[in-house]
Amino acid sequence: MERASQANKELVSIPALLKRNAKLFADRPAYREKEYGIWQCWTWSETAEEIESLALGLLELGVAEGDFIAIIGRNRPYFYWSMVAAQCVGAVPVPVYQDSAAEEMAYVLEHCGARFAVVQDQEQVDKVIEIQDRLPQFEQMIYVDPRGLRKYDHTKLHQFDKLQERGRSAREKHQKALDALRDKLDYSSTCVMLYTSGTTGKPKGVVLSNRNIIEASKSSSEFDALSRDEEVLAYLPMAWVGDFIFSVGQAYWSGFCVNCPESTDTMHADLREIGPTYYFAPPRVFEMQLTNVMIRMEDAGRFKRWLFEYFMDHARKVGPAILDGGSVSAWDRMKYKLGNLCVYGPLKDTLGFGRVRVGYTAGEAIGPEIFEFYRALGINLKQLYGQTEASVFVTLQPDGEVRNDTVGVAAPGVELRIAENGEVYYRSEGVFEEYYKNPDSTASTKDSEGWVATGDAGFIDENSGHLRIIDRAKDVGKMAGGQMFAPKYVENKLKFYPNILEAVVFGNQREECTAFINIDLNAVGNWAERNNIGYASYQELAGHDAVLGTIRGHVEEVNASLADDPMLAHCQVHRFIVLHKELDADDGEMTRTRKVRRGVISDKFEDLLGALYDGSDEIFTTTEVTYEDGRKGSISATLKVASAEVVTPRQQKVAAE
Amino acid sequence: MLDASEGYTTEDGRKIGGVVMEMKNITLRFGGVMAIKDISFDIREGEIRAIIGPNGAGKSSMLNVISGFYHPQEGEVWYQGKKRPSMKPYEVAQQGIARTFQNIALFEGMSVLDNVMTGRLRQMKSGLFAQALWMGKAEAEEVENREFVEKIIDFLEIQHIRKTPVSRLPYGLKKRVELARALAAEPSILLLDEPMAGMNVEEKEDMSRFVLDVNDEFGTTTVLIEHDMGVVMDLSDRVVVMDYGEKIGDGTPSEVRSNQAVIDAYLGVSHD
Repeated sequence: MERASQANKELVSIPALLKRNAKLFADRPAYREKEYGIWQCWTWSETAEEIESLALGLLELGVAEGDFIAIIGRNRPYFYWSMVAAQCVGAVPVPVYQDSAAEEMAYVLEHCGARFAVVQDQEQVDKVIEIQDRLPQFEQMIYVDPRGLRKYDHTKLHQFDKLQERGRSAREKHQKALDALRDKLDYSSTCVMLYTSGTTGKPKGVVLSNRNIIEASKSSSEFDALSRDEEVLAYLPMAWVGDFIFSVGQAYWSGFCVNCPESTDTMHADLREIGPTYYFAPPRVFEMQLTNVMIRMEDAGRFKRWLFEYFMDHARKVGPAILDGGSVSAWDRMKYKLGNLCVYGPLKDTLGFGRVRVGYTAGEAIGPEIFEFYRALGINLKQLYGQTEASVFVTLQPDGEVRNDTVGVAAPGVELRIAENGEVYYRSEGVFEEYYKNPDSTASTKDSEGWVATGDAGFIDENSGHLRIIDRAKDVGKMAGGQMFAPKYVENKLKFYPNILEAVVFGNQREECTAFINIDLNAVGNWAERNNIGYASYQELAGHDAVLGTIRGHVEEVNASLADDPMLAHCQVHRFIVLHKELDADDGEMTRTRKVRRGVISDKFEDLLGALYDGSDEIFTTTEVTYEDGRKGSISATLKVASAEVVTPRQQKVAAE
Repeated sequence: MLDASEGYTTEDGRKIGGVVMEMKNITLRFGGVMAIKDISFDIREGEIRAIIGPNGAGKSSMLNVISGFYHPQEGEVWYQGKKRPSMKPYEVAQQGIARTFQNIALFEGMSVLDNVMTGRLRQMKSGLFAQALWMGKAEAEEVENREFVEKIIDFLEIQHIRKTPVSRLPYGLKKRVELARALAAEPSILLLDEPMAGMNVEEKEDMSRFVLDVNDEFGTTTVLIEHDMGVVMDLSDRVVVMDYGEKIGDGTPSEVRSNQAVIDAYLGVSHD
């Protein structure tokens, strides 16, 4: 197999990699997108041509070196091309979360001072027009989907393919300038600017150079021996650093094909059709898929259920060992093969994981049972630990050394250091240049020697040499009694239950721990249907007594398992509330990457938090909600405050309630 | 064209062409019941024309006259400058008039894709024999039609249910599939019989956007019957208002809104 990784002094920018790929892999697929029911394909040489004509078009529009170009859309080849075309003319692409409300978008566009934007459709065009008054520097917009835009004033609005057309006809005029701009790019020029989702405060623009992206892509591609034959499905937000590394950095470095789904709703069907060999998903996606499998198994016939349970038990016992090349008896191996024929194979195929060679999860801790489930099926799922500021990679789990409670060893070229207070620091070629227009934050995150503070507390596991992350450094607190309070650890235990979508645990500086819980509408809804429990809304289902009982059961089980851990026995959840609404990024309760914002939640639901600690049984509350189109409304409900039994650990006494 | 007038320009700047269809003094009786009483109005090229009225006003009957399902006892239907003789519904469909139904009429057991494909029937020229044996131009024709249908599916954003049997779909999506099938026929006039009936606000908003986008994208002349006054006033260029089989108003939404007869019919007249 020919590897694409001959280190070359000339390969110092994404456009340079594109030029190489267009020559080396000319007729191999670079992008696929399902449209009109079939997979449309662009080879590397076609891709180079598309990007070239767009770059010429951008010059024709007057894009200048150093401009920022916002990219707002879901994963489609056109937007990946736009990013590379922007780089070709010396501009900086800034992908933006396309589901952000106009307000959030205004902040980003204003902060980076974008003069141009490439957007998906009418919805995004409208959003940008809405905020245009606040963006004095903003000039022109390019859209991909013309639908509904015919009547718009087209003096500052351009259709993507028409712009390419204009670029092609102006080739003679701009070709020299384009070549000059492209040749000027080097390792230190900016590759992309990505806004961190920000669990606290305003998003920060992380400037990543070509060195950052290419070095990170190169070493990580080598780590997992990625080749031009990989297939990936690009479905994670384009504004997220992971997608940029996987779908641009690694794809251009290794020369593999990026597949774009037809629409967000068809993601799972498309995943199955493509059968990626290299796959990344946040724990949430794996959780959701497992929940779906479990729901469907509950509906299956008795024999099928028995078959599933029998072989899954076996897989859990020997599957991970077989994957890691451990010693497993011949009989167990045989049985595993049979299981593969009856259960694992078909299941993997249904999930779209039939061909996965390397799979990663990151972003949040994954429930051990979820992780083991996929490993047991024979899917090489591993964990990595990364950050936007590191161009993703800080630590990775090598094949054969996969554990559910660690995040692996330092990635190639990364140095790790644990500070006195337990905070993890790293230094590597991937370390970001700066936060745009924010020298204070840059200085407080990155020191003069290039060490970056992760904001996470962790330690190096003595047995394995792997890094273990405990929690966000600022979230780890102390309870009133002085014991360590690690909310995320407890939340993850709760979230493993399919019925629980989200949990937020409180207890810092308090006598005892309490929690807010979000039910999973899918799982609980299905259960309600099978048990003839009628409900009209999320709110009604969440407030149902039987649901409360089920959740209480889960909380008590978690308490029991916490009681076994002397370090965390005091983090047992004494009282909890099942929330009447789903925590949502539109309401600012979560980040766009779906991490809970503790500060916002405890302020917003202050009354509920009070009720958790003042011993009341019920509380009436009104909450403001933001709809997808930005309008606001409110919902009110009377919520029950439930108590859960706590288990007294054998060794120590728990403060009585 | 029957009418030489040049048409008009709408508030949002769309150019509306000449008259494509004209109803002249239509009267329809079922036995002794007078469903439509001497009604005349025209439909212009590229416009969204609404027919509204309280329950039992004769709106659906009117639509059925247009689609050739009912034959009026008196009056004439002029289509594209010619008087239309009494026709069977399928002959009307052949002329490029497609419709959706108030109570969804899809093939429940078939997939969405197959349902929409049936809308292309008018465009299929190869014989039964060729189609059954997949011979001759049948294949090329099928590919061509499938491509067209896929564009409609993309347009109406129903890719995710392409292979799903219609019977498993929720009501709102079924309505959208019906619209897709009507659009697949590449109609010159699209008749929508209560496209938003029974929908929630979100579904109504979606459907309204599709109706507008269809008109905008393909320039399709659209005639719709609708109960929801808000929707009608937002969507349509001109409105015919019916009550007890009679036309009580005709004009732009704002004209109709200030018409006393319409207000009385809709809000009722106080008795004191």
